[in-house]
Amino acid sequence: MSNIFTDTFAWLADPIHWTGSSGIPVRLVEHLQYSGLVLVIAAAIAVPVGLYIGHTGRGRVVAVAVAGALRALPTLGLLVLFALLAGSSLMPPVWALVILTVPPLLAGTYAGIASVDRAVVDAARAMGMTELQILFRVELPNGLQVMFGGIRTAVLQVIATVSVVAYLPLGGLGRYLFDGLVLQDFPRMLAGSLLIAALAIVFDLILAAVQRTVLSPGLKPDPRGGRTATADLPAAAPAPAAVQGGTYER
Amino acid sequence: MIEFQSVTKQYQGGSPAVDQLTMSIDKGSITVFVGPSGCGKTTSLRMINRMVEPTSGVITVDGRDVTTVAAAELRRSMGYVMQSSGLMPHRSVLDNIATVPRLNGVSKAEARKRATELLDVVGLASSLGKRYPSQLSGGQQQRVGVARALAADPPILLMDEPFSAVDPVVRDELQQELLRLQQDLAKTIVFVTHDIDEATILGDKVAVFAVGGKLAQYSTPEEILRAPANDFVASFVGRDRGFRHLGFTTSDAVAVHPVPTLVSRAGQFDGDPAAVTDWQLVVDKDMRPLGWARPGTDADLIPGGSLFHPGDSLRRALDSALSSPSGQGVAVDGEGRVLGAIRAPEVLAVIEAARQVRQAAL
Amino acid sequence: MEWFLANSGMVLERAGQHLVLALVPMVLGLVISIPLAQLARIHPVLRSVIVTASSLLYTIPSLALFIILPSILGTRILDPINVIVALTIYAVALLVRAALDAFDSVEEDLRQAATAMGYKPWLRFVQIDLPLSLPVMFAGLRVVSVSNISLVSVAALLGVGNLGMLFTDGLQRNFVTEVVVGIVAILVLALLMDAVLVLLERLLTPWTRAAKAPGPSVPLSARYVADANVHAGAGP
Repeated sequence: MSNIFTDTFAWLADPIHWTGSSGIPVRLVEHLQYSGLVLVIAAAIAVPVGLYIGHTGRGRVVAVAVAGALRALPTLGLLVLFALLAGSSLMPPVWALVILTVPPLLAGTYAGIASVDRAVVDAARAMGMTELQILFRVELPNGLQVMFGGIRTAVLQVIATVSVVAYLPLGGLGRYLFDGLVLQDFPRMLAGSLLIAALAIVFDLILAAVQRTVLSPGLKPDPRGGRTATADLPAAAPAPAAVQGGTYER
Repeated sequence: MIEFQSVTKQYQGGSPAVDQLTMSIDKGSITVFVGPSGCGKTTSLRMINRMVEPTSGVITVDGRDVTTVAAAELRRSMGYVMQSSGLMPHRSVLDNIATVPRLNGVSKAEARKRATELLDVVGLASSLGKRYPSQLSGGQQQRVGVARALAADPPILLMDEPFSAVDPVVRDELQQELLRLQQDLAKTIVFVTHDIDEATILGDKVAVFAVGGKLAQYSTPEEILRAPANDFVASFVGRDRGFRHLGFTTSDAVAVHPVPTLVSRAGQFDGDPAAVTDWQLVVDKDMRPLGWARPGTDADLIPGGSLFHPGDSLRRALDSALSSPSGQGVAVDGEGRVLGAIRAPEVLAVIEAARQVRQAAL
Repeated sequence: MEWFLANSGMVLERAGQHLVLALVPMVLGLVISIPLAQLARIHPVLRSVIVTASSLLYTIPSLALFIILPSILGTRILDPINVIVALTIYAVALLVRAALDAFDSVEEDLRQAATAMGYKPWLRFVQIDLPLSLPVMFAGLRVVSVSNISLVSVAALLGVGNLGMLFTDGLQRNFVTEVVVGIVAILVLALLMDAVLVLLERLLTPWTRAAKAPGPSVPLSARYVADANVHAGAGP
């Protein structure tokens, strides 16, 4: 068993795999390009809608139902369907992934805004803030903590599922998995898996760091001390749950 | 002056929250809306700054219909303090206080300078300015809430149960602070509470609301305690209203008698406490009361009751006499030095005389 | 439709495999998560370790995990065990958080009251903490159920039998109908599982609905009315 790991390490260490059109750097850049494209489009749709629903409370029921239904869609099925219907160019799988990325982003944005203490919003309105001022100066900064949960879930999900587009076949780090599968080349598959997992973890850490700097110290559990560990709490679980059950929001 | 003219608020499918409210609120005074939950007092308050829009009727401020002013602009012209402080958790205390001036376009530096001054006005150390709301106690948060409401120096202050979430000791402190502030600022304050005690302590005038949004009585606190307009007000005002009403009658007619004293020096008495036959007031070398020595016993110091200051109400006079182990209330001057003692039967006689005067006037 | 009718036997068989692959990890995840969450509640250090570990586990892409696991477990890559272990890991990652939130949602006052009435810790956990944390717990379970059912289909890429086979097969044969049937079947499966969970929750937590019914009038005003009656004779 250990030889699989040493083989994998050897595969990763081999300079041949770090150059050329199917080398790790190229695959990595492809992976990031697809992921970035999906995230930008999904955010452009989900964030404004989420802000609107969170602020006004209007359309909440519809959004929850739609997001829940979208979440149940199987990634692979949607990718294959889009590829079959629209050809295996770049955009069909991107749109498929956008459909899957909107729910966590929308849920996170909506839940973030809705999580802000209504008394604070009420006070802001009573002081004479306009609705836009309330949204951007009060609700957004205070909802960021929960919003980041949705953003991090979405980013993780995109980096993971972009691997699957290699099946269609397109580029990205997923190529190592599928090529390895066809060739029964286990070290290559394992190396690809490790690269994808590492990429996901690195991005999650980056986002955690961003979250820490963006978040006002006043929102941390103990602003005086350095105990910020619990501030990282709402990563994957809470945000999707808010949209799923509804009972989850407290 | 704020005026309600036949103002009604009806929520969909419910009975009216506020029903045909007509009243005028005096400039520069504290008017308290009091009543049980669901009586429409908070709704009435929130209609003044259009946080709630009336179903019918008109509210005017200085003769101008509030609906003719843009809601956000109207709200910036009135301070607002609420039960949960409503402070923005992501901003420092100073920036919280500076909110409305900043909305009005005052520069950041100037708004912060003003905010620092206001910390002092509401009795907070300026070092607290850099903190975040979550680092403050409940009482401190409410003080910041008051400072924030005062920041743009609005002529009107709307206060919605601002002190009901803090403990009784802090509440008492905040009430006294508000009265002190009001002496300097003379704002038009509308104050909502469900606590009749708070209403009578703070209000120049008190409006008692009954369930269903009807104004049951609108008068001075003294009159509400003395002459409730109906059974609802009487029961709302509660069992102790006779006693509390004494809070509005002066005790000038109560005589202060000399009181035998024992001076305590470092725990030792001058003279022999066991020899005396009457209660003796134990004082320190500056004549400040320490407690009482029981006659004919060794000098165990028994804690005294509440202190009486000349000029206090009859309520305080009576309480001072009743709470003292010797039956004599200790009167002290502004520096806390003993002036003498007052006696419960004499206080009662003054109370009875005052009642007869009132009856004769009717 | 014709294709579906002709192949309904196959689709049903795949659906059965799919359900087993989704359901077993969910149950395993629940069984593992509850004691873990309880441990995390008691030890603050363990709490941060468990929370960090669970969020880290969740970052590993499913396809990657399906491939890494065989070399760790020593199983064949086609073995369904890999899928079950991988999905159990995700289920635990989600459910530990959900269970922690669920236990946190039980009011501390209530726990104190139960202790004061003489509940021993174990009995209190079973009779107080566990039932009262059910609503939040079920919210977590519903998320796991949906995400598991969707994730299982990815395992088809490695040749593990489930409804996802309809996608791989459909792509190879360039046959849209098969893919659509697969998507619909998975949606139906997810919907059914969700309905079962909702039903189960309703059965297990009858009190949550009782609370939403309009209750008796506000106690405070009632008290004032009662007082008014007592004082009726004492008016001016």
